[in-house]
Formats: sequence, structure tokens, C-alpha cells
Amino acid sequence: MKKKFKIYVDCANCAAKMEDAAKKVDGVIDAKVTFMTQKMMVEAEDARMDEVLENVQKACKKVEPDCEFYL
Amino acid sequence: MSSLNPRQKRNLRDILVSLVLFFGLIAIEKLVPQVGNNRLYMFLLFLVPYFIVGHNVVRKALLAIKNFQGFDESFLMTLATVGAFATGENAEAVAVMLFYQVGEWFQDYAVDKSRRSITALMDIMPDEAHVEVNGEIETMDPDDVEVGSIVVVKAGEKIPLDGKVVEGHSMVNTAAITGESVPRSVTLGDEIYSGSINGEGLLKIQTTKAYEDSTVSKILEMVENAAEKKSKTENFITKFARIYTPAVVIGAIVLAIVPSLITGEWLKWLYRACTFLVISCPCAIVVSVPLSFFGGIGAASKQGILVKGSNYLEAINDVTTIVTDKTGTLTKGTFSVVDIIPNSILTKKQVLREAALIESLSTHPIASSIKEAAVIYGLNINPNQVTDIQNITGMGMSGQVNGKTIYVGNAKLMKEQDIPYIENTNESSTVVYVGADHDFLGTILIADEIKDNAVSALRHLKNSGIEKIVMLTGDKKSVAESVAKKLGVDEVRAELLPGDKVNAVEEILKTSSDKHRVAYVGDGINDAPVLTRCDVGIAMGSMGSDAAIEAADIVLMDDNIDKLATTKRIAHKTVSIAKVNIIFAIAVKILTLIFGAVGIANMWWAVFADVGVAFICVLNSMRTLKAK
Repeated sequence: MKKKFKIYVDCANCAAKMEDAAKKVDGVIDAKVTFMTQKMMVEAEDARMDEVLENVQKACKKVEPDCEFYL
Repeated sequence: MSSLNPRQKRNLRDILVSLVLFFGLIAIEKLVPQVGNNRLYMFLLFLVPYFIVGHNVVRKALLAIKNFQGFDESFLMTLATVGAFATGENAEAVAVMLFYQVGEWFQDYAVDKSRRSITALMDIMPDEAHVEVNGEIETMDPDDVEVGSIVVVKAGEKIPLDGKVVEGHSMVNTAAITGESVPRSVTLGDEIYSGSINGEGLLKIQTTKAYEDSTVSKILEMVENAAEKKSKTENFITKFARIYTPAVVIGAIVLAIVPSLITGEWLKWLYRACTFLVISCPCAIVVSVPLSFFGGIGAASKQGILVKGSNYLEAINDVTTIVTDKTGTLTKGTFSVVDIIPNSILTKKQVLREAALIESLSTHPIASSIKEAAVIYGLNINPNQVTDIQNITGMGMSGQVNGKTIYVGNAKLMKEQDIPYIENTNESSTVVYVGADHDFLGTILIADEIKDNAVSALRHLKNSGIEKIVMLTGDKKSVAESVAKKLGVDEVRAELLPGDKVNAVEEILKTSSDKHRVAYVGDGINDAPVLTRCDVGIAMGSMGSDAAIEAADIVLMDDNIDKLATTKRIAHKTVSIAKVNIIFAIAVKILTLIFGAVGIANMWWAVFADVGVAFICVLNSMRTLKAK
């Protein structure tokens, strides 16, 4: 399942770093951060979605402490 | 300044307060030597404006250390300014942080602004729908309107959902969807698309699609997803940034240690290393490329051109061969009477009248075109005047009019009936002969007409860098070649069966390379396999055709083939702007690195090379929005 949501990130390079970090999270099949539209997409198995999203947020906060998620 | 968001306002306040304190301290340093000469006092005093403007940067830097994220931009800035403090350059440390924050602020403002102007281009989302429920009007969210509901659209309102007009007539402005600025007249039974704006009349529409399947949602979704499909340039720059930053940081470490060990001038080289750290921030280059492409996609959508990804906009810039379908793309796709040649006695109108009577009850495309011509000629055709209409398979039709047998059909029919017809060898049209008993009345020429602007559109394409235009068609060779000649097409492949199209395209694709890509343009009918197979698949006039929108990479919402050249121009401008940005940003950074290493460029230069360049690149990117 793919989940899309709005995020806040203030620099393009940070967006790229968040994408890299999210992709490395266990359970993530694919992840995309789009700086221009301030959106994030996470693809994961249905059953693990909640847990994966939680970890994705943690991983992103680590590389970019100022990012926000509007799930 | 009302357009600033709260964060921007807060940052602006911090910058201004810090700026005032900064100049105050400089004045104290110069005017009050008792304080100015005390290094510790000055250091502590300068820390105040430093933290006011830079507290966020320092906080992020500390978090970066805690999370082992060494090459974070904030970390590098903090390290550089701490370095400046360490070398006794208090004022410079604050100034650099200030300048950096000012640059960041402008960059943020510009990105935000351009993001908003791009989304404003796509302001097609309807806010509400007025639904008729049991004779009462209820206002609902378009999302909640069920298929088959009756929606009332007042003058000047957006059409909320796709549907059919069941009452009223009006002129509808479809500019937001198709880029076509001339309003379209709609009346009972006409299909109407969400996102268009109703003109003067009141319309009642029966919805045919739910909101999520409506044209508006499709377009918005597509444009939003477009930014996700990253261009090669964008991927290159992200990769470049990944190597660039560590490389410059290592350079800074080497610069701080090696010359110092040789010369012993630790402070001097430490300062130079700090300028390196400032320049190592990659954001300037990284931000400008996606912004250019996003702007290009926005500019295209304003013209009714939907580009499904930055990568396609980039690819179309490298297209040099365009393969196109004939019927419906270059020609109107409908048959019409192009000429009537009567015998020496009759007029055009009389010949047409006889033919139209015989064809009055037929639905064949040829018959429809004859009937249409009759209407244009102002003839009133009454089917009751004809009796005994017969369909003569493979030849034509016959019928009784005023005691005479009228024959309408091909040469075979004329021969069979011993009618002394004058043969017409026009190769680009279908020839229909008309006879009465044993007399020849005249000839009607029917052809699929070339679109009004097709010739100029292809010429514009050639001017925009297309080297070869290939036309594919299922029509017979003679017709295809005559059309090709009129259009100025370079190559024709005629008499193709639907399956042959893919083979023909495959063959042409063999000549495709990175700088010479192949695009296919079709009207979306039976084109899906070819559209997906090509480097860039372009569907046109496909408003409402889901299959074509699905398969194509670029969708021209209206029927205007001239939009191809427009697409190419926008793509070219976008790619050039992105490239200029990259070259400019990298060149300034490398120059500053060199000048920084030899001591010509100080930290001020370095900050300019970082945020100043980013700001200029962002402004430059915004030019894509104006591409036409």
C-alpha cells in the first residue's frame, strides 16, 4: 500500500536526505519526498504500515530535525 | 508582507533584532576602546546577536552531532562560525551567520512564492457543488456528490464535476483545462468537464463521474505526481551533492592541518578552512533544479499541456523525430465533401440534392458527409421524396426520385448501369459518382480534411528542432502520400494494420539515442501500445479519454496540434534554465574554493557563494513559469 501525506521541509537537500533515510527503514518498499509539493509517499505492506510510518518519521527527524509530518 | 507565513515572520524579526545589535556592537568596538579592546567582553557581547539570529542553526548542529549526521548544513555553518570566533573574528562570525540567515530567508521566501504561483496556475479545484435534491438546492462538497445527480451551475461558477447538460445553454470557458481561450458553446446533451467556468447562462448538469474520477481530480493528481518523477538532471545534482559536501569538508580539514604544520600559522589556515565549510553546503544547487522543472510543468499545464513527470519534460527536449498518426491527429478525422463537379448542364447544388436524397436514411460516414454538405448548401432534404432505396453492396446506393432511378456510388456502379460517367482520378479523395437512369449527373469528392493549422504546426515543430516527422496511417498509399505532401511530412508509412503501427515505431526507435529521442503523437484511440513504447508518448485531444491519459507521458488537452511546438519550447527553456543554474552555482562555488584556499576570498564571499547563489538560481528558475 502506498500512503501519501503532506510534510514540511525547508530545504531541497534535506528532502533528498529524508528520502534516503526513509528508504533505509525496515519494511519500506519505496519512499519519495517531493520538495516542491511538500509531499511524502511511503510504500509498505498493509499490515506493517503504522509501525513503518512511525519509524520513517523517526528516521527523518534524525537527518532533518525541523521536518514536520501531517498524517 | 501579508503573504509571509508565521515562521518567515519570526525569522525576519530575529534577523532585524540581531542586525541592530550587531551594528550597535560594531559602534561600541570602535567608539568605546575600554570595552572594544577586551577580547572576552567583545566575544560575550557578540554572542548575543549570534544566538538571536543563529539559535536554530546551532540547535540543529547539536542535534546533528547527537544523531551522527556530520555533514549537515547547520553543522557546517556552526563549525565555520565557531572557527571564526576562535580566530578572534567576532564581528565576522556574527556577520556570516546573519548574512547566511538573510540569504536563507530570501531563498525560503522565493521558493514559497514560486510554489504558490505554480499552484495558483492550477487553481481549478471546485470548492462546492449545488445539487438538486427533491427540487431543493443543496450545497455540497464535490466529493460527496453521487454519479447521476443533477448539479446546478450558476453564471461564473466552476463546473464541479464531469457530466452532461440536461438543461440550459451557455458559453463555457475551458481555459483552465485545455488552455483554449475561446469559450465553447454548450447546450442540451453536450458533455462538459469539471474545472471549466460557466459563462452567462444557468446550466443543469447530470454528473457522469464521481469527483475522484473527474477531469479536475485527474489533472491535479497528475501534476502533483509529476514532481515525483525526477529528471535526470535532478538525480545528477542530488548525487553530486552527496559527493561534493564530504569532498569539500575533507578539503577543509586538509587545508586546516597541512599548511599549518608547514608554516605554523594555525589561525590563518583555520580561517581559510572555515570558508571551505561555508561553501560546502549544497542547497543552492539542489534547490534550483526541481524548482525549474516544477515551474516548467506549471507553465505547460497553463497551456493545457499536462506533463506527467519532470523526466518527460527533459526527454521531449531531446526529441528529434516525431512519429504521428494521420487520422484525427493531422487530419480532422471526419469525412467531408471537398468538391462537387456537375455535368455541363446541372449546378453543384442540384447534384448534391439528388445524392443527399438517396443517402438521406444512411448512417455511413460517406452518407453523413454528403448530408452535412447539403445542410451547408442550404438544401432541405425530405426523405419522403425517395422511394425504394436500395443498398448495392460494394458499389453504392440507388432510389426512386420523381420517377427516375438515381444511382450514387463508385465507378463499378456507373459501368454496371451503363452511365457515361467522366472518370475522376483524384488520388487524395474518395470519388462518388451520381447518375440518373442512364444519364451522368456529376461527381462528388469526399476527403478527410487536413486540420486548419496542421501545416503551420509542423513547420513550427521543424523550427523548434525536430529533424524528422514520420506519418503512420492505415489509409491507402495514394491518399497518404498526397496528405503528406501537403503537410510537409518527411516520411510516410501507409496501409498499416493496427498491429503494424507498433512494428513501424519499433523500427524507428532503433535510431533513437540520448540526444535523438523519438516521440509519438496520436489522438489516443487505439494508440495505447505505441504511446507506452515510445521515448515520449503524447496523446492529444483526449480530454475525458482515460485510456489515453493513462498511457501517455504528455497529454495535450485540446485538439490543437500546434501545442506540440509549445511543449518543445517550454521543455527547452526549462532544461536550459536548469543547466544554467547548475553551471553558475558550481562555477561560483569552485572559484570561491580556489580563492578561499589562497586567501583572496573571505568568509563573506563564501556565504554569498552559498545563499546568494541559491537566491539567484531560485529567481532564475522562476522564469520557467513564464515560458510560452
